[in-house]
Amino acid sequence: MGIVSPGESLAPGELLVILRHAPHGSSWLREGLEAAMVAAAFGREVGLLFTGEGVLALLEGQQAGALGQKGSDNLLAALEMYDVERCYVDAAALERRGLSENDVSLLPVTVLAHADVVALTQCFSRVLSF
Amino acid sequence: MRYALAVYGGPYSQQASHSALRFAEALLARGHQLTTVFFYHDGVYNAASMMAPPQDEPHLRDRWLGLAAQGETRLQVCVAAALRRGLLDEREATRHGKQSYTLEAPFELTGLGQLVEATLENDHLITFA
Repeated sequence: MGIVSPGESLAPGELLVILRHAPHGSSWLREGLEAAMVAAAFGREVGLLFTGEGVLALLEGQQAGALGQKGSDNLLAALEMYDVERCYVDAAALERRGLSENDVSLLPVTVLAHADVVALTQCFSRVLSF
Repeated sequence: MRYALAVYGGPYSQQASHSALRFAEALLARGHQLTTVFFYHDGVYNAASMMAPPQDEPHLRDRWLGLAAQGETRLQVCVAAALRRGLLDEREATRHGKQSYTLEAPFELTGLGQLVEATLENDHLITFA
């Protein structure tokens, strides 16, 4: 893992799902992940981009809390089963939160320099943002 | 052009539904096709049959109905997001032992697969969140 340069791993894709919200405090992350999984279950080629607060979902130990919401760990663990293998994280979003690529061990993700995030969205013919 | 809209914002809480409606009406007025409006997240409340806003405010549900009445737009609501939030059609209400239902045609409960399809089968999908 490392910061990739554009073109290296940015093959064209069908649907990019962008996750911008933290796993707790709202249902955005869960509902975004569910959309990604359904698309994959329908045989679509899906990519996931974690950016903004969404990068927090990649920290280990996102368990169910006092609010009784299900933790996001299980959903993320299921991604591989759904053949969602192209997962990206925005390096700038990590850095802004004092995190590095070593902290995001929950999933195999490709860390993208912020400028390449733009290139990524252009690689996919459709984008859903949550 | 063939368009689909995704609406995630709750009516009267956020601007999203109002903007989506005005955009949808403008699309049809310009002669474009609007095949699908998909309601997800808090957007599912747009389908609430019991919605009763003050008379001097836009009645969002009625406006969606007006759009559907033009004949070519389907109003689809994510069933998982809707059931969690208390929006059940007659069939789901019966299935869950509820005495009344809160969602009815032309709104239809569908799966998230319809959002994926709307995303890929139209020229444009525009999200209002």
